[in-house]
Amino acid sequence: MDAIVLPPVLVGPLLPTLVVLIAAALVLGLDFIPRAVPRELAAMVTLAGMVGALLATLARWSTPARAFRDMIVLDNFALFFNVAICYAGALIVLLSMDYLRRTGSESSEYWALVLFSTAGMMLMAAAGDLIIVFLALELMSLSLYVLAGLFKRELASGEAAMKYFLLGAFASSFMLYGIALIYGATGTTNLERIAAAVAARPREPLFVIGLGLTMVGFGFKISSVPFHMWVPDVYQGAPTSVTALIATGSKAGAFAALIRVLIVTLRGVPADWAALLWAIAAVTMTVGNVVALAQSNLKRMLAYSSIAHVGYMLVGLVAGGVSGAGAVLFYMLTYTFTTAGAFGVITLCERARGEAVDVSDYAGLGRRHPVLAAALGLFLFSLIGIPPLAGFVGKFYVFGAAVRAGYVWLAVIGVLNSAAAAYYYLRVVVYMYMREPEGAAATYASSFAGGLALAIALLAIVFLGVIPAPFMDLAQAAVAPLLR
Amino acid sequence: MIPLISIITFLPGLAGLALLFVPRRAEGVLRPAALAVAIVTFLFSLPLYAGFDAELIGYQFEEQARWMPTLGVSYHVGIDGISLLLVLLTTFLTPLALASAWGSIEDRVKEFVATMLILETGMLGVFVSLDLFLFYVFWEAMLIPMYFIIGVWGGPNRIYAAVKFVLYTMVGSLLMLIAILALYYQYGAATGRYTFDLPVLAQYVMTPGRVQDLMFLAFALAFAIKVPLFPFHTWLPDAHVEAPTAGSVILAGVLLKMGTYGFLRFCLPLFPDASLTFGPLVFTLAVIGVIYGAWVSTVQPDMKKLVAYSSVSHLGFVMLGIFTLNQQGLVGGLIQMVNHGLSTGALFLMVGMIYERRHSRLIADFGGLWQVIPAFSALFLVVTLSSMGLPGLNGFVGEFLILVGAFQRNPWIAALATSGIIFAAVYMLWMYQRVVFGEVDKDANRRLTDLSAREWAVLVPVLALIVWIGVYPAAFTGKTETTIEALIAQVQSKSSANR
Repeated sequence: MDAIVLPPVLVGPLLPTLVVLIAAALVLGLDFIPRAVPRELAAMVTLAGMVGALLATLARWSTPARAFRDMIVLDNFALFFNVAICYAGALIVLLSMDYLRRTGSESSEYWALVLFSTAGMMLMAAAGDLIIVFLALELMSLSLYVLAGLFKRELASGEAAMKYFLLGAFASSFMLYGIALIYGATGTTNLERIAAAVAARPREPLFVIGLGLTMVGFGFKISSVPFHMWVPDVYQGAPTSVTALIATGSKAGAFAALIRVLIVTLRGVPADWAALLWAIAAVTMTVGNVVALAQSNLKRMLAYSSIAHVGYMLVGLVAGGVSGAGAVLFYMLTYTFTTAGAFGVITLCERARGEAVDVSDYAGLGRRHPVLAAALGLFLFSLIGIPPLAGFVGKFYVFGAAVRAGYVWLAVIGVLNSAAAAYYYLRVVVYMYMREPEGAAATYASSFAGGLALAIALLAIVFLGVIPAPFMDLAQAAVAPLLR
Repeated sequence: MIPLISIITFLPGLAGLALLFVPRRAEGVLRPAALAVAIVTFLFSLPLYAGFDAELIGYQFEEQARWMPTLGVSYHVGIDGISLLLVLLTTFLTPLALASAWGSIEDRVKEFVATMLILETGMLGVFVSLDLFLFYVFWEAMLIPMYFIIGVWGGPNRIYAAVKFVLYTMVGSLLMLIAILALYYQYGAATGRYTFDLPVLAQYVMTPGRVQDLMFLAFALAFAIKVPLFPFHTWLPDAHVEAPTAGSVILAGVLLKMGTYGFLRFCLPLFPDASLTFGPLVFTLAVIGVIYGAWVSTVQPDMKKLVAYSSVSHLGFVMLGIFTLNQQGLVGGLIQMVNHGLSTGALFLMVGMIYERRHSRLIADFGGLWQVIPAFSALFLVVTLSSMGLPGLNGFVGEFLILVGAFQRNPWIAALATSGIIFAAVYMLWMYQRVVFGEVDKDANRRLTDLSAREWAVLVPVLALIVWIGVYPAAFTGKTETTIEALIAQVQSKSSANR
């Protein structure tokens, strides 16, 4: 028997995640320093952690590396998602600063938990082994469960945390059982060795069931139908900055792991799995959009709309190949900026108590706060998919990949969904510009950091909309090695 | 070489964005500045007319720049005999629409003028794009400014009308997006070259059959909604009635033309077989539109609604002309697009002027206007007659050519369509009679003031063109004939019947 050899500890492949974790440790340490520390320091350290991770990500670009016996694979695929996750994290830090002070829930745990969950997301993107997938998923999820319940005195926040935790734990156990079955079928948890074992014995029932169960877990995290039940309540009840993180970063992380597990173990998306995903994608977009039509609470509406957007991304996954998976990556990037921006506007609009969440609260916003209204308008137009904003190009690539792969009818379902979605997004615009407020209206909470976050997101969606090609090329180059 | 097309296309939009940053205290500068930008744009577009070589086949003033080379998308713009007239129509009508709003739009002036200028960029972009991706970007982006113009500055039911307008148009155009992608990949698979470039794709001879039919239908649906072809017209009366005057002028004058332009520019050359297959269907719908639009116009109590339904009828004529697929019909259809833009634009302007004075558009509220405001009534008569197609004015030229073309295709259709002209006389003259003739029996009408200098300035250019086209149409048809001949030749050589 071989002696147990510890694998060499390589810092490089872990660098972006390490930066975030170090920042988290610093934030926790700040609590031990008495009084003299200014209140903003924890937020600043968190922001520095996000920016540092982003820089580390960019520094590692195109230097694929593996560590810990292929458990961590920091290739361009992971780095691409890291960019989205770091941006999401940084935007959320900027949006949270004044939001937390206003709602009186400042605490250093908040910043530490944001950092921990971000680290989990980044690890998910870089996971080359099912064990890491699970650990990263739990690191991300547990932090988010706590964050969802941050508003301790509000019932909705507690309900959100409870629901998120219970259903999330349920989904995690599905995934864990799936991983166990896959291990039983193939004798390994390493994705590439699983792929080799599957190639040798395709259609092994134990493996198929195992992968199906892990898909349930992923389906929960990306909130695809029929695993979306938690989304509206959690998105509505959680503090809006946390909602933004759940809607962007956690989805990016889960999507990264889902794509990698699927296309590495199965070596592409075979026809039978594509058929299953086809159905899930169609149902997800349709349910998300149809139910969103009936919402009057903006956070709830965006929750359902985010479900619909997962459906669009799954269309890209169904299409498969470099163009399909690349389109999903690109879409994720545009979706991150757009959704973070839309939730960002909500965090900046406040009524007497807390944020303004009803669509009617936005009546007349165009007159009172033209800049803020224009920003929300642009985010919503990007979500509809109006050119020349990023959302349009994302849809263009995703549906283009579907048409290319011959899934024309799925693309038709997708575009009809987009048209239906226009109705509820436009309703917000109607309120902002075409109606006058009745009673207490939302006012703008002046926040430099929040304004900066919105400006970054706006710039990004315009930039990605007008000059998408270089980013799409990067996305395709990032997924290409996985498909070999 | 000066990138004339790009300047014309982007000048208004960029200026519009810049105007958004004008501070509150300097708002007096907004209207003159916006009008100046629109006029400068018009002046820049005149060299296009002067420099356009009517003998040449193909695109002129072309500009092409790399945009997304890996995808086969380029910034490619240019004009031919078809788009030349529509570009000129757009640059001509926009300053007039802005001037017409001078006194009527008081709320959020800054946003209004900016939106109008951004809209102009969108419209011009649609007409000059020679790349399907670029075309689609402009086609969709243009929805938003129009949505705001109807929804923010419109009438009491404006929100319903604005949302209906966007949703109708969007369903059609998103299906077109799928067809664009399908065409792109089919061409790429067949030739190994993936491109959205229209002149390249237009060379591609597609096998007739189900795929071509579906693509044609997807394109045609988007355009038919925009035209609007019966039975896709229901958004139009709502949008027109609710839109402010300037919005109605642009909507009728330019936006509807995007639909008919789309048929000319995309459906015919890209899908010739399907165009022939579905020709009879389009013919039938067009004739139904001609007659139905006229009948419904006759019974409208509201002048603006009457003019809106008359658009359905007039655009039916244009569609008839396009699908005759012969020289007279197509030239007639194209010139009729311009005519409708001028006549109906002028009608909306004048209905708007009377509405500003009286705050009513109901025909029943008027009567005997000739005695009170003779100058207005006289000009209104010219415009009414032009819309009816009186010989010597612009409408006659287009309708005559269309009917000549349609007669060669199918005498019965031509006969039915001719009845549309008779009905046009019925609804227009009847409306004119009730509004202008007779005694002044409403006290509110006694104090009306006649045309102001600004209103003269808005109307005279339109009337001059109405007469000019009526008397000497060759100045405009001459620019298009070669292009149309080439288009017909292209359709015939590509359609399988002739192979």
